[in-house]
Amino acid sequence: MTKVKIPELWFLVGGLILLGGVFLADHLLNRYLIHILILMGIYSITTVSLNLTNGYTGLFSLGHAAFMAIGAYTSTLLAFPLQLREAYELPLLPPFLGGPEHSWSFFLAILAGGALASLSALLIGLPVLRLRGHYLSVASLGFMVIVTTFAKTLRGITRGSMGINAIPSYTNIYWTYLWLFISVYVIWRLVNSRFGRAMLAIREDETAAQALGIYPMKYKLLSFVVGAFFAGVAGGLYAHFTKAIRPLEFSFFLTFQIVTMLVVGGMGTTSGPIVGAVSLIALRYALKPVEEGLQVYGLIELVYAVLLIVIMLWRPEGIMGKRYSRIG
Amino acid sequence: MFSLGYFLQQTMNGVILGCIYALLALGMTMVYGILRLINFAHGALITLGAFFTYFVLVRFGFPLVAVIFLVLGFGGLMGLVLDIVAYRKLRGGPEVALLITSLGFYTFIENFMKMVISPQPYAFKAPSYLTTIFKTSFLTFRTIDIFIIGASLIIMWCFHLFIKRTKMGIAMRATAENLEVASIMGIEINRVISVAFVLGSALAAFTGFMWGAKYGQISYDMGFLTGVKAFVAVVIGGVGSIPGAMVGGFVLGLAEILSIAFLPTSFSEYRDGIVFAILILVLLIKPSGIMGVKEEVRV
Repeated sequence: MTKVKIPELWFLVGGLILLGGVFLADHLLNRYLIHILILMGIYSITTVSLNLTNGYTGLFSLGHAAFMAIGAYTSTLLAFPLQLREAYELPLLPPFLGGPEHSWSFFLAILAGGALASLSALLIGLPVLRLRGHYLSVASLGFMVIVTTFAKTLRGITRGSMGINAIPSYTNIYWTYLWLFISVYVIWRLVNSRFGRAMLAIREDETAAQALGIYPMKYKLLSFVVGAFFAGVAGGLYAHFTKAIRPLEFSFFLTFQIVTMLVVGGMGTTSGPIVGAVSLIALRYALKPVEEGLQVYGLIELVYAVLLIVIMLWRPEGIMGKRYSRIG
Repeated sequence: MFSLGYFLQQTMNGVILGCIYALLALGMTMVYGILRLINFAHGALITLGAFFTYFVLVRFGFPLVAVIFLVLGFGGLMGLVLDIVAYRKLRGGPEVALLITSLGFYTFIENFMKMVISPQPYAFKAPSYLTTIFKTSFLTFRTIDIFIIGASLIIMWCFHLFIKRTKMGIAMRATAENLEVASIMGIEINRVISVAFVLGSALAAFTGFMWGAKYGQISYDMGFLTGVKAFVAVVIGGVGSIPGAMVGGFVLGLAEILSIAFLPTSFSEYRDGIVFAILILVLLIKPSGIMGVKEEVRV
């Protein structure tokens, strides 16, 4: 039992150090740096959650932007201030969500966004995860297209391609890092349990895992749903951070960024996703003046793509990954 | 509004889109059958092919026959480069490494085009001999429509002969059946895979030409959804089956065009959504597709 208890203690200590660090950053750094730190935190949450499916369970999902979109729209619509709803042509809440006189608190709205994202992951996962191979990548990409199509066409709810503006900026550095802490803890706990070992077994060889009495569908679905939950949470945080969301933002490129962060950091490692997210956001802000100065739009994406290819060809386990040889 | 002429006209549009999907699906299913790779870079070759023909045909005014061979050669060359630079190094590793690398290549080519060419779409003004309009009592069509249907049918027929009759085609089917056993039987796997990439990429570049000439607009990001939809066509037809890929392409093209033609106009925005809804339906009802065979798995 001590084996389980000691890491828990480390998480507590780590959490306290994180709180101290966030407190110091909040008081010492200027607003631009805090802006970058929050973005790093939000991307870390998405990358950590993508790691559960893509890294540990070996399902290559490309639909993370869709779950972020669901979380972003849901939490925005639930928590939008009552007095501004009419001015921005947003609908009032129906009775079963609290009625027209009601607006949800930020925390609950974020939770609801995550929950709806998991629910959609369940619906999409049920048909797709029964299959072997990388059908999930195409189906989840298709799911992303479907979600952005709905975000564009359901104008009465989402205001179409105009997007929703003037979202109150509830997200601060404390909320972001609280959620990052929760997501890292939950996923770490899940991976280091019976469930996690089953997921790793499925990643290594699905048929062999099945022969050992693991029912793959259950664990694949679990990892997909939990991953989608935190993606939805991160989407909600993102919406209340940038203060404006449009269907266009939740596109293939958002997914691609998250995938690149995960691969660069190291799939299937605990620290890899965070290292990847932090370093690639830092790289983006370092390249931004270059891109704007030289007027070469697309440079950041190009650099990300080159980085992804270079990592895959020469260090496929990522920055934090350990090289291990496969048998057979 | 829903007269016979309208139906025929839309069916022809569907068949043309189906031709494009079918040619793309052929290349994708060949590569998927051997390497289990969903080649996202396939979509980038559509863009490359479209811009290549734009410069050769529209800007420099080469004759059509020369353009056809140039674009096929260009696409094949790009496919060979991708295979030698990247995919060859990753063989034998986990399948997902190939998938990630192909995503990287897609994004690289897309943003390279965006930086070098333009973030704005280009108008593809096909020469007048491709845009001559013919009117009959039921159908109105242009030379390019005939050209696309004719060229696609010829290509598919040649492809069928290649796969069934030639030594390389037989080697390719053997490799798709079982890579290791084929290698033990003395088939040069690397050559087979290179040929698959070259042929697939040449076809993808050629469809880029068709797309530009037919729809009149090309842009740096045109290939992405088209490439992914081509894989949807592969799944509909049955993964790993060559005739299935062609059938899947036509089914998808017709379904896409006819669904927007006969649903109320407000549904036309759902066009891409409909394609992926079809994919999820197929995966739900018959995951092996129309002509696919159920795969046997061993540890």
